Amino acid sequence: MAKRIEASNVTAYYGGFKAIENINLTVEPKTVTALIGPSGCGKSTFLRSINRMHEVLPGARVEGSLTIDGQDIYDRDVDVTAVRRMIGMVFQRPNPFPTMSIYENVVAGLRLNGVRRKSILDEAAEKALRSANLWDEVKDRLGKPGAGLSGGQQQRLCIARTIAVEPQVVLMDEPCSALDPISTLAIEDLMFQLKDKFTIIIVTHNMQQAARVSDRTAFFSIEKTGDPGRLIEYDNTQKIFSNPSVKKTEDYITGRFG
Amino acid sequence: MGDYPSRSANAGTGGTPVTEGREWPAGASARVAENSFHTSGPSGSGLGGGGALPRARRFGAERAFRGLTMAAGTAVLVVIAAIAIFLVAKAVPALRANTENFWSFEGWFPNDAEPKFGIGALAFGTVLSSALALLVAVPIALGIALYLSHYAPRRLGTTLGFLIDLLAAVPSVVFGLWGREVFINPVRDFSVWLNEYFSWLPLFGGDGPFGRSILLGALVLAIMVLPIITSLSREVFLQTPTANEEAALALGATRWEMIRTAVLPYGRPGIIAAVMLGLGRALGETIALALTLGITFGISFNLIENGGNTIAANIANAFGEANETGRGALIASGLVLFAITLIVNITARAIIYRRREFTESAA
Repeated sequence: MAKRIEASNVTAYYGGFKAIENINLTVEPKTVTALIGPSGCGKSTFLRSINRMHEVLPGARVEGSLTIDGQDIYDRDVDVTAVRRMIGMVFQRPNPFPTMSIYENVVAGLRLNGVRRKSILDEAAEKALRSANLWDEVKDRLGKPGAGLSGGQQQRLCIARTIAVEPQVVLMDEPCSALDPISTLAIEDLMFQLKDKFTIIIVTHNMQQAARVSDRTAFFSIEKTGDPGRLIEYDNTQKIFSNPSVKKTEDYITGRFG
Repeated sequence: MGDYPSRSANAGTGGTPVTEGREWPAGASARVAENSFHTSGPSGSGLGGGGALPRARRFGAERAFRGLTMAAGTAVLVVIAAIAIFLVAKAVPALRANTENFWSFEGWFPNDAEPKFGIGALAFGTVLSSALALLVAVPIALGIALYLSHYAPRRLGTTLGFLIDLLAAVPSVVFGLWGREVFINPVRDFSVWLNEYFSWLPLFGGDGPFGRSILLGALVLAIMVLPIITSLSREVFLQTPTANEEAALALGATRWEMIRTAVLPYGRPGIIAAVMLGLGRALGETIALALTLGITFGISFNLIENGGNTIAANIANAFGEANETGRGALIASGLVLFAITLIVNITARAIIYRRREFTESAA
């Protein structure tokens, strides 16, 4: 259920602007990897290039190679929708489908995969909602609109929607930045449970969060505005936060810059 | 905060959303209202300096403005009532003089010594031509709108959108003349072809002549309502939150699946509104249909034979030579058209209202 991701020389552009340059890193299965760094350093861009969501924006493109268990996801013969089914994504702001009920939101991905039988959908919905620690809160109102939940519940609903299709990898783009501390804690707890099954990569601005949830941490940075973001250091989280090998990393995590 | 006129008014404004919030799952707005109510209490008395509460002002800008807006609102009602009274007052004598059943008689002779006229055929023609026009126009309009909003390159989309808006600026009499003189030829050929191969269907039966038919009128109407439906639904589609589109794509949706999952459900109320506006224009369209229809009185589902008539077209054609009773009869027919439009609008609102729980939380 979880796969290894290898990025080599990944460079991403928005039109003429080079957002990240030559990113090389390997993410092991069933780990949580945190991407940290100052604003505009390209961590979200890198994250979005892992499930080919970067290219959705007009003029955006990716160079280099990204493989998942050895298979190049940018290969011309690879179906982009299959890549995105394998690599799920949770966004910065909770984005449940506003016209759908809680139940419909969770099974949306399965419906897209052509699953029609009610019993399978019911079972998958319950399983996903339980995994997202949301089942007890919503089991009596599955028919209500998903957008009617609180922010933290909505975000867990989005996580349930993502994991309902049983991806190999779950990408999270600052999943807690719009949430209060209690909801944040709930989602962090959830990440601990989810890494038994999934490879998780999370972008976060919150260094305490990176230190709490991740096994490995990648520090991205830019020289100055307009320069492409680069990977500065990538190591075990404990090492990064206690004894980083690069001065710039140390400056960043101690709050001296960024 | 100190200038709340009285405490009861304050509790009133804060209280309503709170009670609604009990049933309403979003609750966010209700909670905000509740909080502001609680915080306004202490700070309000703080401004009062511990003394007696200031008296509510009897007169002032607030009152004046309220009166002004109320007058504006009432004016609308007065105008509507005046129109309604006028219409009914004119229509009733004509309806009394009618020697045939107003609903079922197929013909229009209100100027005779024994006036005979019936609305059935006209109402039928109105509804049939508009429904047919929408049947043709809505799928095409939605297709164009989706292409412009989600498939076309930005520059092409803007240009095409502009051209379509231009189509809406063509006067309907021009459409009518074009339909009567030019568009009739391909439609006639098409009708003959339909009649040759599908005459076993009552819709395409008959022995001719073909051309100035419900089909021609409806197609011209379809072209006329196309721009309204297209540009409105395009706006609606463009408003779909990017976050929802990305959510669908990230679940592995193709572009069409993304449109089905995120764009169309989100735009549903807007699409219904757009279609209803188009239908409103189609139902009320006068001169284009007066020019393109064959103007006969009869209830027939035959789409391709010369014939057909609508309430509005009949008013345009018959008003010139109408006497007192004739005008009353036409006004009565106008009332029926008004009723049809009203029913259509109420139905549309009911559809939107039924789904409000989902559409409001979308905002």
